[in-house]
Amino acid sequence: MFDSLSGRLERLGTSLRSRARLTDADLEEALAEVRGALLEADVELSVVRAFLDAVRERVRGENVAQSLTPGQHVIKAVHDQLIEVLGGTTLKVTYASKPPTVVLLAGLQGAGKTTTAAKLASWFKQQGRQPYLVGTDLQRPAAVEQLRVLGSQIGVEVYSESTDPVSVARAGVAEALRLGRDVVIIDTAGRLAIDEALMAEVREISAATTPHYTFLVIDAVTGQDAVHTARAFHDSLELSGIIVTKLDYDARGGAVLSARGVVGRPVVFASTGEKLADFDLFHPDRMASRILGMGDILSLIEQAERTMDPEVMADSAQRMMSGAFTLDDFMAQLNQIRKMGSLGGLMRLMPGMTKDMRKAAENVDDGELNKIEAIIHSMTRRERREPQIIDGSRRSRIAKGSGSSVAAVNQLLKQFELMKKTMKQMSGGGMPQLPGGMGKMAQMASRAAAQRGDALPPGFEAMASGMRGAAPTVTPSTGGKGKKKKGGRVTPPKNR
Amino acid sequence: MIVWWIVLAVIALGVIALVVRSRRQRRLSHVVLEPERAPMPEVLVTQIAPRPEIDDSPGLDRRLASSRSIFERVRSISVHGALAPEQLDVVEEVLLRSDVGVATTTALLEELRANGAPDGVAAAIRAALMSSFSADRSVRTSADEGRVPVWLFVGVNGVGKTTTIGKLAWHETQAGKSVVLAAGDTFRAAASDQLQLWADRTGADIVRATEGADPGSVVHDALGRAQAHHADLVLADTAGRRVNNANLLDELAKIRRVADREPGQVVETFLVLDATTGQNALSQAQEFLAAAEVTGIVLTKLDGTARGGIVVAIERELGIPVKFVGVGERAKDLLAFEPAAFVDSLLSA
Repeated sequence: MFDSLSGRLERLGTSLRSRARLTDADLEEALAEVRGALLEADVELSVVRAFLDAVRERVRGENVAQSLTPGQHVIKAVHDQLIEVLGGTTLKVTYASKPPTVVLLAGLQGAGKTTTAAKLASWFKQQGRQPYLVGTDLQRPAAVEQLRVLGSQIGVEVYSESTDPVSVARAGVAEALRLGRDVVIIDTAGRLAIDEALMAEVREISAATTPHYTFLVIDAVTGQDAVHTARAFHDSLELSGIIVTKLDYDARGGAVLSARGVVGRPVVFASTGEKLADFDLFHPDRMASRILGMGDILSLIEQAERTMDPEVMADSAQRMMSGAFTLDDFMAQLNQIRKMGSLGGLMRLMPGMTKDMRKAAENVDDGELNKIEAIIHSMTRRERREPQIIDGSRRSRIAKGSGSSVAAVNQLLKQFELMKKTMKQMSGGGMPQLPGGMGKMAQMASRAAAQRGDALPPGFEAMASGMRGAAPTVTPSTGGKGKKKKGGRVTPPKNR
Repeated sequence: MIVWWIVLAVIALGVIALVVRSRRQRRLSHVVLEPERAPMPEVLVTQIAPRPEIDDSPGLDRRLASSRSIFERVRSISVHGALAPEQLDVVEEVLLRSDVGVATTTALLEELRANGAPDGVAAAIRAALMSSFSADRSVRTSADEGRVPVWLFVGVNGVGKTTTIGKLAWHETQAGKSVVLAAGDTFRAAASDQLQLWADRTGADIVRATEGADPGSVVHDALGRAQAHHADLVLADTAGRRVNNANLLDELAKIRRVADREPGQVVETFLVLDATTGQNALSQAQEFLAAAEVTGIVLTKLDGTARGGIVVAIERELGIPVKFVGVGERAKDLLAFEPAAFVDSLLSA
């Protein structure tokens, strides 16, 4: 439904693309698109206005870089401004000299406070701390029970009693002190910002426990209301930061920008899934790309750094480009992909993917990888090196050995050949019509290969800013031959 | 096909590998020079950005009052009541701030421009909004002969599904019906406990299973129980789920199939929607409509500052009617949706 902002700006017309300089009229036209994109991303109206003013200043104050089209220039300014607003201030979590460090969580109902409390506790635990959870949500039925269950999952004790929230909080901190815990996380009941009685109560909790950190927990799908909520909580509680939840949803998360804009405090943590491990420090640059509908290449690199063997991957990718590529290499690559997590999860982070492609990728069944692996494992060493020797009887043997069918083996071999051919073509400079993101990616690969050992290849930025919503239709690359028959479907699955 | 996804991933990872490798090399050469990690500063917030002023956005009437003199002049010129740009700006702002969304706002403004505003802008925009709420919002409570009517509740995490079920259970039991609750949220910790408390409060029957159990089987058991006890209605809870994951939606479709099988019959599938939700609500509605044949919306948390304007877009584009609104934490705080009152509250945002 949403187009990436870059796509919108590219479509603004040739005037914006071909001209060397931006006229004021061009800029206003572009900013109107930016306004639309930000509003669709749920950024609050007055925050949008302030933001556009800042971008206008920024664009006017800069010379258009030679390498950028005016459209890209605007995107870059928007991106930079987003990063500045989202990450202008950072919060380093430090610990009180006299433990325990008290952390108070507040927010609307359903923002995810209880889950966040447990995730935060788990995060502190990873930092080598001994967290302690205090459940003061005595209002929602079974909220404390939920906290207890989560606490037991991460091995953190939970304190609560059925008196009243303020005394539970006070007693909880005292108990943590007695037990020698150095971080106390206080979960509070969800409350509406306009509910005076409940806001007074959370103020009392805050006064009774003098938290070192007070975090507002806000939901990434929140709309225009984010500013009211953030402002009201900030006025009441003097927030030290914001925690954003549900970043795994397909919402753009403009609420983060709104809340950040009003409160003027950094977004510290981000929660990206239902599992307790899906929680980390917030990265403004990634959020900026997300609001603009770009991929998240940095997360990908980070994930790669943790898990993959760059030597293997770089070598096999290079061999793939050069055409000297065997099924063994293919296997090695499969294993690396596995290590990085699910294929779908991986593709989600990739820039240059359209929403449809992203969605299709989400639903890629990793079981397919197992099948492919089984087939390749059932080949002899020689077959893997020289797949052309695989004749009919070998095929049926492989099919039997891998518990699949001859058709499946055929399909794999055919696709492997096709892939090899395409890759060779690509590295030979002749870019076949690959799906948008893929073509870009291949370009990148060859460029990066040319200058390896360098820092982040400059192409990355160009890719991030140059992406144009990717190809509207995912055209299959038919290699040199064209007209594949039934087995040769090469289009990534569209929406299912 | 999958192979192409792999190729895509391989190329990407190849590039990334190069980056990672170069990073590692750089790190190695720096490793000797890097000093001991400096102690963390005691300051909590290093710098506070200035707070931008947020307009207080008073109600439409008051805002329009300021431009009323212009409007009077405009009306005296044109019988059809052509609209001044600044008036349209005010309307646009009010609508955008209510989360109605850019596309719908633009469409409404077009209508306004086309039709003019003979009785004033407020009345015209009110009429345009009212015409968005034209769907049938009656609630089905009876199933075919011999089958148990089921209301299924779906939605993303934290919108208030369980609470809504509790409130509806109260309403229905108050009305003298015997109700069975199916604690189909077997994912969120203690979700069943939460529903159990509502069952205790309202005297409804409840079928629950352990955490991680198959929600379909919970619903199935609830149906069996409802049939055995000749219950009037089954309210089936489901776990909150994001809509950009087909597996989760498939699971939901399965739950719905189970609930719709003899002796059950799904007579209403309610999408529970949080009024604070922004544009994402539209994609939520689309996906849940496709996966679970949503027949109505329950708009919760309308007692806050959020207006829930996105339901305008949902009803206009997808034709899903809002049937209930949640306006508080008490059981009574669930009301039948009234378009007129809702539109008024949107415009007073």
